[in-house]
Amino acid sequence: MVFETRSILAQLATDTRDIMELLNVNNLSIAFDTRDGKTQAVDNISFNVQQGETLGIVGESGSGKSVSCYALMGLIDKPPGHIERGKALFHNVDLLSADEKTMRGIRGKRISMIFQDPMTALNPYLSVGAQIIEPLLLHEDVSRNLAKQKALTLLEEVGINDAASRYYQYPHELSGGMRQRVVIAMALITEPELLIADEPTTALDVTIQAQILELIKDLQQRRNIAVIFISHDLDVIRYMTDRTLVMEQGRIVEHGQSQTVFNSPNHSYTKKLLASIPQQAKPVKFKYTPKKNSPLLSVNNVSISYADRSSRFQAVNNVSLKLAKGEILGLVGESGCGKTTLSQSIVKLINIDRGEILLGELSLHKLNTSELKQARKNVQMIFQDPYASLNPRMTVFNTLAEPLKIHRLAESSDIKKKVLNLMADVGLDPCWANKYPHEFSGGQRQRIAIARALAVEPQLIIADEPVSALDVTIQAQILELLLTLCQQRQLTMIFISHDLAVVRYIADRTAVMNQGKIVELNATETLYQEPTHSYTQQLLSAKLSG
Amino acid sequence: MIRFFLSRLLQAMPVIFIVITATFFLIRSAPGGPFDADKVVSQEVIERLNERYNLDAPIHQQYFDYLSHLIRGDFGPSFRYTNRSVTEMIGAGLPITFELAIYAIMIALIIGISAGMLAAVRPNTAQDYIPMSLAMTGICMPSFLLGPLLVLVFGIWLQWLPVSGWGYSPGDKILPAITLGSTYAAYIARLTRGGMLEVLNQDYIRTAKAKGLSTSKIIFKHALRGGLAPVVAFLGPAIAGLLAGSFVVETIFQIPGLGRFYVQAAFNRDYTMIMGTTILLSCLIVFLNMLSDLLAVWLNPRLTLDAKH
Repeated sequence: MVFETRSILAQLATDTRDIMELLNVNNLSIAFDTRDGKTQAVDNISFNVQQGETLGIVGESGSGKSVSCYALMGLIDKPPGHIERGKALFHNVDLLSADEKTMRGIRGKRISMIFQDPMTALNPYLSVGAQIIEPLLLHEDVSRNLAKQKALTLLEEVGINDAASRYYQYPHELSGGMRQRVVIAMALITEPELLIADEPTTALDVTIQAQILELIKDLQQRRNIAVIFISHDLDVIRYMTDRTLVMEQGRIVEHGQSQTVFNSPNHSYTKKLLASIPQQAKPVKFKYTPKKNSPLLSVNNVSISYADRSSRFQAVNNVSLKLAKGEILGLVGESGCGKTTLSQSIVKLINIDRGEILLGELSLHKLNTSELKQARKNVQMIFQDPYASLNPRMTVFNTLAEPLKIHRLAESSDIKKKVLNLMADVGLDPCWANKYPHEFSGGQRQRIAIARALAVEPQLIIADEPVSALDVTIQAQILELLLTLCQQRQLTMIFISHDLAVVRYIADRTAVMNQGKIVELNATETLYQEPTHSYTQQLLSAKLSG
Repeated sequence: MIRFFLSRLLQAMPVIFIVITATFFLIRSAPGGPFDADKVVSQEVIERLNERYNLDAPIHQQYFDYLSHLIRGDFGPSFRYTNRSVTEMIGAGLPITFELAIYAIMIALIIGISAGMLAAVRPNTAQDYIPMSLAMTGICMPSFLLGPLLVLVFGIWLQWLPVSGWGYSPGDKILPAITLGSTYAAYIARLTRGGMLEVLNQDYIRTAKAKGLSTSKIIFKHALRGGLAPVVAFLGPAIAGLLAGSFVVETIFQIPGLGRFYVQAAFNRDYTMIMGTTILLSCLIVFLNMLSDLLAVWLNPRLTLDAKH
């Protein structure tokens, strides 16, 4: 009797699981052919997705999180990709072995995707309306008129005002956040059962990110669709998901309820990831105590504008700030706020309209060419993208030796020694000196870029989003390196970032920029704990915490 | 739109003026003259000829006389063909050359775009290598070789098509059009392949795939417009080049088009005829380039006419 009840219960349990389970991925392995042989991108992973839940997949670049989801959609190019084995059952259809016709019926109809970069995910040649209704016209027997009505309702639902006029606009006429809303509308118009969101907010500003995440969460609950949410951003995953898979090098190293995974991680890699998030304030050992000497850099009432054919755009509006020697100033703000323009005017890559920039005693915008060359040596930049900012045809040695030669900072006999020392300082093995940039990882390349900036022994370093392109564990290492170098060499630094946590970790003082103006400038901890300006408050509240 | 045309017109004027001036003085600085001939002609005859064609005036005078006629739309009399004006001769030759060029560019577009698309859909396979090798051959093969070759095969061996002429017997326009179009087909194939490959690697193609679109829909609806941008940019100069370069084909196939007049004029030192055809061609080049810019703007919503010039 007891036995019978138990088996009925077990039967019930399997039944409910059958109803609830939308997708079951079993032993999926994917490999890619490369020049150096086979690369195992996904190694024997299994997971399932229940109806109406949000499953997060988190991991660093190359962990296989996106590849496995592209495989489910049949979006992997074969060759070079191979699905070596595995099954992915979605309503009794194996997504991995189904023929192209079956897959076309599922893609865009029952499973939709949202992609990372709304700038490139939309076709620039077609109006947004045409792109939104396309899947509907394709999969369902509806008239163009009805499809348009549905699209307009949906556009309103995803928060686009005056949808009727937006409908006929082209992607380039919309802002980034707006485009992502369009992409979301496009994915939802066929009322799919499963939505795969691949880093949907990574390319967006923090306040926009918060809005888009809120929107996805809201739509997901209202329509009860299942979501696979892929991200490298742990905060976003924690905020968005019910369950989380942590992937490392093609394997799932940890999975469970998101709360559990984040609060009490089991696997060492998860712990490492979580520890890499810069959440706390600047480490005490790097604290800088301002001395009462004259400032190294003074920016006085600087205004910069760009002339358009029809109008002038005020990029920087009457900005003043001072930097003492050895200080790290964080400059935060959203895209288009003028932070990069301001920094470029300090190396005189851009001319200023009004005001004055003083480096020590020198007025930067009154120098002649040779004086300027001398002054530029004292200010060096580190850029966001270490892939683009290094010359791919120069070895590390030549990259680092070049500034020494240009500024005649070393005798030719000394150059080699100097370069090798420099490499050691930034944590690069000196025996790599004859390698080319493509042979290094992103973090190592950023180390090369840092070494190049340090080569001429500058007084001031301007780092423009130096860690935004890096994975979180690498980011932590580079931040640590920058702090150490600044302390050892008494360097002054302007650290530009959109990432509030990173700035809090590294900066002594922080300036918040909005629409060309510095709206708040204060000691970092004071600013983060007691923001006075409404924009700062808005920025800080948009940051996801826990 | 009007602003675009006006600014283009303003840019074109000095270009055309320089072309006129340079051509005028260059042809006169070349040794020999229009009335040098193998036959010995008396000094008196030469002098009377020079007087009649205004060649006895100082060179700057000739230049200003020519310009003042030109502004009134008069290209002057031909130095070679008595009693025929340059305008008249261009009027006779241009329509024929134009017709030939239109057929050639149509052949080039149809063959070139299809071959380029085939290649781009499956890059680095036989479907890519075969049309692209053919295209390379097409680029390397000069029309004075391809033309006679086609004549030999289709005109003489197979006897399918006439070997020369223009509008005298049915089908005699086919071989010249293919000969003239094939080089351009090859260029267009390569440009299409490159453009399509770039577009097919864009993120929005992946988006289109994720919507469930079939490969053909992806290509025709999402990729073609962007993929053809290089072809469109090439089209303006290509058609102009086609007009100017048609003389070889016209000579091979005995076609009374403008190209033949042009070459003969150069050999004959027919000063006014050279000037007339050169001016016409440079105007065409300017005009066709403007047209292809307009087409590019029409194809790409991100471009505006204001930003183009």
